[in-house]
Amino acid sequence: MTSVSPETIHDTFTIERRFPQSPNTVFAAFSHPATKRRWFADGHSQIVDEYSLDFRVGGREVARYRMSDATPFPGLPLVSDGVTLDIVPGRRIISAATMTLGDRPISAALATFEFLPDGSGTKLLFTHQAAFFEGSDGPAMRKQGWTAILDQLAQAL
Amino acid sequence: MIGRVFHALGDPTRRAIVEHLTAGPQSVSALAAPLGITLTAVAQHLQVLADAGLVKTEKAGRVRTCRLIPAGLQALERWIWERRLDRLHDVLDGKPD
Repeated sequence: MTSVSPETIHDTFTIERRFPQSPNTVFAAFSHPATKRRWFADGHSQIVDEYSLDFRVGGREVARYRMSDATPFPGLPLVSDGVTLDIVPGRRIISAATMTLGDRPISAALATFEFLPDGSGTKLLFTHQAAFFEGSDGPAMRKQGWTAILDQLAQAL
Repeated sequence: MIGRVFHALGDPTRRAIVEHLTAGPQSVSALAAPLGITLTAVAQHLQVLADAGLVKTEKAGRVRTCRLIPAGLQALERWIWERRLDRLHDVLDGKPD
């Protein structure tokens, strides 16, 4: 009973949001690095160590931060490392990114943002298609990652 | 879903079960012994962890084994994105951070 079977789960979820602003205005919040940082990386739930966005096809986007005391995982580092794959100004952005939580890589994902006209506003359709993995980094790393999460959680409770 | 993950991991016995499972898959009876709780209690805790997408139990012959699975991580990532898009609303509305 000591054998470990690495497992990958594929998952797709969508989030739909409506904004009173025009598609061009909402799109600009994705294309301007300083603006995108404010909603993508900043916030009460994390402390940002690094954020950079090179908004062009093939450009890289890196966010390194730590979860704040306002989350169940205070101090836990989170890293998102991605690249932009497709840009249609005012209409669509597609990017690919990996997410690492603690020392533990948790996913590789394709993110599609569609900016659809909705009256005078915008309907944002976000589709997140990911492979979530566990065990590919070996039992020792997996134990370390889970222990970090559980320790952080215990402190938050 | 993220609520289920937090609820599941909010109990010290269930966190102990997850810690034991980080070493690899184990039988339900092997989990019960070091925790000093009944098989029925372990099964109830495993059900909560399974509902949160954190563990999976399988029956092979007469032995029921369980192991960690990454499904609970999906809920965590979705939760991260929901918070990001909440902030996007605030940024577009011109609210201070």
